[in-house]
Amino acid sequence: MNLTAQTREKIAKTFIWAAAVLVLAVLTAIIADILIKGLPVINFSFLTEIPRSMGRAGGVASPIVGTVLITLLAVTIAVPFGIGTALYLAEYTKDGIITRLIRFSAESLAGIPSIVYGLFGFIFFVIYLGLGWSILSGGLTLAFMILPTIIRTAEEAIRSVPLSFREASYSLGATKTQTIFKVVFPSAIRGITNGIILSVGRCIAETAAVMLTAGSALQLPSSILDPTRTMAVHFYILAVEGISAENAYGTAALLIILIFLINVVANMLVNRFVAKGR
Amino acid sequence: MKFKLLGLLAILTSLLTACGGGGAYARVIVAGSTSVQPYSEILAEEFVFLNPEITIDVQGGGSSSGIRAASTGTSDIGMSSRALNEDEMDYWVVEIARDGLAIVVNPQNPIHELSFEQLQHVFTGEITNWGEVGGNDARIHLIAREEGSGTRGAFEELVMADGQFITPRAIVQSSNGSVRQLVSSDPNSIGFLSLGLVDDTVRALDLDGVAATAENVISGTYNLFRPFLYISREAPEGATAKFIDFILSPYGKAILAEEGLIP
Amino acid sequence: MALALSSISALALITIFIIIQGAPIITEVGMFNFIFGMTWAPSQGEFGIFPMIVGSAAVTVGAVLVGVPIGICCAIFLSEFAPVSVRNFFRPAIQLLAGIPSVVYGFWGLLFIVPFIREHLGGPGLSILAASIILGIMILPTIISISEVSLLSLPRQYKEGALALGMTQWQAIRYVQLPAAKSGIVAAIVLGLGRAMGETMAVIMIVGNSVALPQSILDPVRTLTTNIGIEMGYAAGEHRQALFATGIVLFIVIMILNATAQYITRRK
Repeated sequence: MNLTAQTREKIAKTFIWAAAVLVLAVLTAIIADILIKGLPVINFSFLTEIPRSMGRAGGVASPIVGTVLITLLAVTIAVPFGIGTALYLAEYTKDGIITRLIRFSAESLAGIPSIVYGLFGFIFFVIYLGLGWSILSGGLTLAFMILPTIIRTAEEAIRSVPLSFREASYSLGATKTQTIFKVVFPSAIRGITNGIILSVGRCIAETAAVMLTAGSALQLPSSILDPTRTMAVHFYILAVEGISAENAYGTAALLIILIFLINVVANMLVNRFVAKGR
Repeated sequence: MKFKLLGLLAILTSLLTACGGGGAYARVIVAGSTSVQPYSEILAEEFVFLNPEITIDVQGGGSSSGIRAASTGTSDIGMSSRALNEDEMDYWVVEIARDGLAIVVNPQNPIHELSFEQLQHVFTGEITNWGEVGGNDARIHLIAREEGSGTRGAFEELVMADGQFITPRAIVQSSNGSVRQLVSSDPNSIGFLSLGLVDDTVRALDLDGVAATAENVISGTYNLFRPFLYISREAPEGATAKFIDFILSPYGKAILAEEGLIP
Repeated sequence: MALALSSISALALITIFIIIQGAPIITEVGMFNFIFGMTWAPSQGEFGIFPMIVGSAAVTVGAVLVGVPIGICCAIFLSEFAPVSVRNFFRPAIQLLAGIPSVVYGFWGLLFIVPFIREHLGGPGLSILAASIILGIMILPTIISISEVSLLSLPRQYKEGALALGMTQWQAIRYVQLPAAKSGIVAAIVLGLGRAMGETMAVIMIVGNSVALPQSILDPVRTLTTNIGIEMGYAAGEHRQALFATGIVLFIVIMILNATAQYITRRK
């Protein structure tokens, strides 16, 4: 078929607009379905009660606690390592074998599927170190998983601190360490926080790696060595085993709201960060 | 560096263990078969309500890992939905109930009964159309459990003859609940699950004219059933013993019967 | 300095422990038999993962066929056509799409895509097609954001020059901008491949997990990831080793994909 340039132009534009509309439609369909059926389930007792009868009745208090503890633990462990690596990459070295190796491993870590993190966490933390299915095992496994995200975002943030800041600091007689901790670091803090918040989002959404390392206990944990289940795992079990569609939707709605809030906060940080940079 | 990381982990761990071990409550860890898990959860809820000083943690993991966990002391009680192997015979064991194995189809399926032989041929994949067993002309969607599952093991042992295997074409789901959910949504499917979990979303088939009911399991006419076992490394003491006594008490048995098991 | 080596040690630890766990069964069964074996029946001592390799390849290619055309169109839309207000709304929406837990996608697929396929196209619904559609949606954020960045990073002169030569807007995109952004777009596709191949939970819910070679895209299959996800809870002994060995195969394939993506972006 021999089409004129104008016709091709029209067809191409139609396709491009259609694709954009389709993507938004799918996103809206998924979110609307979850929120419409899930929001009515969420109330005070849903948030504060422990699940009963495998989750058929009761709320999601213990999965909320499990999610918060595992996420906190993962972030607390990963942040110092991640920021340390980022500082090293951005401030201390010229490109060399070690930096290339660090970058390669960080980027490789970012691509490893979560089920492989789960396998590793299971054999290393749960079995080899004998931590059992626990909040600690889950948190450590997720710390490995979010490390590359923190490294990448922190490095970008540190690199985007203008050179003039550093020069000004040095010209006032500050040492390199002083410059990094008093000047570079505070200027990059927003970008770093943004990376941390994104990692929190990943921890909350993760299922496979947590299921293999933190177990699926429904009780409130009394120590960090107790097993637990996160909201995503709870949702998976409720949904797949057909235990309670209602509570599954409620849990999913909570997850979506959380992820939405996390994105909003992250965007606010990035926007202010960009504005400040100008 | 790796060693530093390990060292840090070790310190972290010991600190946390120190904080965690201080409580004055008793904790019983129950782990194993996902078929027994829901019943253990219900028993644990009731038991903890009566004995608030004791906490019971119920974990899945499967029969084999439950037995292993009990044997190493990782859990106080292991749950199994299959009989023990020869090399697992040394442990302390109690049968808390029996569970029928139901063959379920979608309620829309006109089939109400299969012969034992038909059932075998359906699951080996020799019969692939519902028309061959007197139903609609439609492909049979087989749903099985995954390798290693106690329910699959029980089905293979109770239904399949020597040398017969479930066809690899079967869809595989990893829990009783998901088998039930799938059968209830697909009119041409067939699966097997714990009799106690059969509800009105699926229909249990009669086998050779015998209905899949608890009464028929007790009277010995319905032959598809398996033991639900609690396993411990040694004869249980303290809180663990108290929990097991509760399950074996008339009240515990009534709870299990209520949930569809055969105490 | 010590902190900086964390990523290297993490990667090393993961590699070592997975290999230690999985290697014995590969040596025992033989690499060839493990990878090309047609039967997976751990209870009978049969460990062949070829049907799952085919399954992984099928859903991954399917996901790319679904996700890449839509994703690239979307990236072009965002970089060339979208009014600023739409763009400001669209980008966070894509981020949200990326943040939604994979289990939610799986659940949605199970409720809407699977019954649709069963009723209108035949088969059990749990199928390569269902998994391809859901994975196609899940890789959209990766494809869109990386392609968009590489389109936006082109010098403005490319487009202006093309338009000055009398090209229409679409011709400029088709013959100048897309070819110039090729390496970025290819990297996006490769990363999308990796993401689709590595996804577990969403796929377990909708792919059926049968361990047989599929005959059509309406048949259920098992992927490398779902093999681990569905059987890990129960596995012991050799069976567990075989699941770790499945993990090794998955790990190697993904590392190759990642290295390719890194190489493509570097070269640019």
